[in-house]
Amino acid sequence: MGTLTDLDLSALWVSVRLATMTVIVLLIVGTPLAWWLAHTKSRMRPIVEAAVALPIVLPPTVLGFYILVALGPYGPLGRIAHVSLAFTFTGLVIASVFYSMPFVIQPLQSAFEAAGNAPLEAAWSLRASKVDAFLTVISPIALRGYISAIVLGFAHTMGEFGVVLMVGGSIPGETRVLSTTIFEHVEVMEYAQAHTISAFMLAFSFFVLLAVYIANRRFPIHVS
Amino acid sequence: MSRLLARFDLQFPAFHLDVELDVPMSGITAVFGPSGSGKTTLLRCLAGLERAPHGFMKFGDEVWQNERVGCCLPLYKRPIGYVFQEPRLFPHYDVRANLLYGYKRIPVEERRIAIEQVVEILGIRHLLDRRIHKLSGGEQQRVAIGRALLTSPKLLLLDEPLASLDIQRKQELLPFIRQLHEQLHIPVLYVSHGLTEILQLADRVVLLKEGRVVSIGALNEVFTALDFRGTLGPHRIGAILDARVTSHDPPYGLTQLEFMGQSLFVSLQPIAIGQPMRVHILSSDVTLVVERVNSPTSVLNILEATIVEIREIDHASVDVLLDIGAPLVASITKKSLVTLGLKSGQRVFAHIKAVAVNEEFSE
Repeated sequence: MGTLTDLDLSALWVSVRLATMTVIVLLIVGTPLAWWLAHTKSRMRPIVEAAVALPIVLPPTVLGFYILVALGPYGPLGRIAHVSLAFTFTGLVIASVFYSMPFVIQPLQSAFEAAGNAPLEAAWSLRASKVDAFLTVISPIALRGYISAIVLGFAHTMGEFGVVLMVGGSIPGETRVLSTTIFEHVEVMEYAQAHTISAFMLAFSFFVLLAVYIANRRFPIHVS
Repeated sequence: MSRLLARFDLQFPAFHLDVELDVPMSGITAVFGPSGSGKTTLLRCLAGLERAPHGFMKFGDEVWQNERVGCCLPLYKRPIGYVFQEPRLFPHYDVRANLLYGYKRIPVEERRIAIEQVVEILGIRHLLDRRIHKLSGGEQQRVAIGRALLTSPKLLLLDEPLASLDIQRKQELLPFIRQLHEQLHIPVLYVSHGLTEILQLADRVVLLKEGRVVSIGALNEVFTALDFRGTLGPHRIGAILDARVTSHDPPYGLTQLEFMGQSLFVSLQPIAIGQPMRVHILSSDVTLVVERVNSPTSVLNILEATIVEIREIDHASVDVLLDIGAPLVASITKKSLVTLGLKSGQRVFAHIKAVAVNEEFSE
């Protein structure tokens, strides 16, 4: 195995920043969406569910292509920002939010469905407003769902490649992440360094999943 | 006295609730009816958990729902304590935090009920630091009642709070419910399909059938009304009497009660002299004689009565509604009716074979 260069370390840092930002955005956007999906009787529900699940089956290049077009100076998102977001860190975050969405929404939705309406009604009967009841009763009961959502969302963003390449390019310090770094190392035959990062990613992914399964099995929902 | 007025018309795929309610807000009002008669739905409407499209509801002077102006107060803004069929305690808090959840959310000046008081009445002091999953079903339900009480509600809605408990736990909890009402003076709406609970607890009853109110009134009036024989199931309540204990006779194992100047004997009861006691009589346990029996009889309880009305039940039997200062129904055969020549307005003597103390009544 080779040692990590400064370039590799900066890629790790970009990856971590990207994954953190993506998860934060997804928790803010995803909580109300997952809540809606868990409680709505609307006929739109399967359509929205299918749209949220799309990134699981879609080739990342397809997703990346459309996001690239949207982010560009003439795309809808680019126009709002008055500047091209393609090949920027912000653009990468936007792309990752779409790409990792199902991994955050689905555990939250299941957790909200499992919690049901009963504790919510009980909280209302105890003078808790809707937001209060959600924060103090539903979110602690749905804590496992949140842990799964955070961990899976983070790990999945760490591991994305196709979308990053399409939307971000591989600009060192800005949009070059670990997965694209591996690709670059292999391109120039630096197998030892590719191996180091790959091994790190492998171990990281495995332990993340292990943590999720352990948490799901026996994480107690006691908070107070 | 303030009253609860409500009008709900709510259509479900397989059920239609159509009720008008007007009950005084004092004491315990039972909402009684068979399963599927709409008891829980009615309670959910009163709480604002279901919204009837043309609903109206007024509690005292406060309008909580008036769909004509599109107003429907959400549950968290209504001064209601709601105890559900299941305890619905919050698993991530201990007992104390569950009790305090609502208490902390009402303004200090509205706190009329103290934690000490609730802990005392419900007997849950030893549970305060326990986790919810360490409690039995009965304990959980007591905490749920306590949690609701600590919001100092102006109205307490109890939705079959004993349904999930076995008979022994039920008997443990019933006195608590009676007590909390006597000590805290909160009007209670108590949903149940258990006759035992209602006979023990309620002051008046709202009788529901297939989503409609069949009758509202004092317990003994509703249960003895000749019209509702069909609604009440196989057991015909002949009378519900709020009597008073006058003496005990331990050698014979008897307690003497007084009701409207007449005396009644029941099996020995652990209740102090002068205390009220509710008993009931099944209509099949009442026989009628025209003249006072002068020769000794084994029947202890003989009440003077006047016949009010006679109603046919089927081809062989009739219900005779009597007045003993309260309604009393005797179910007798048509043959006896003709043989004795019974008529409305006639004075008769009712021999009562058994007076049930409510604890002993089985559904």
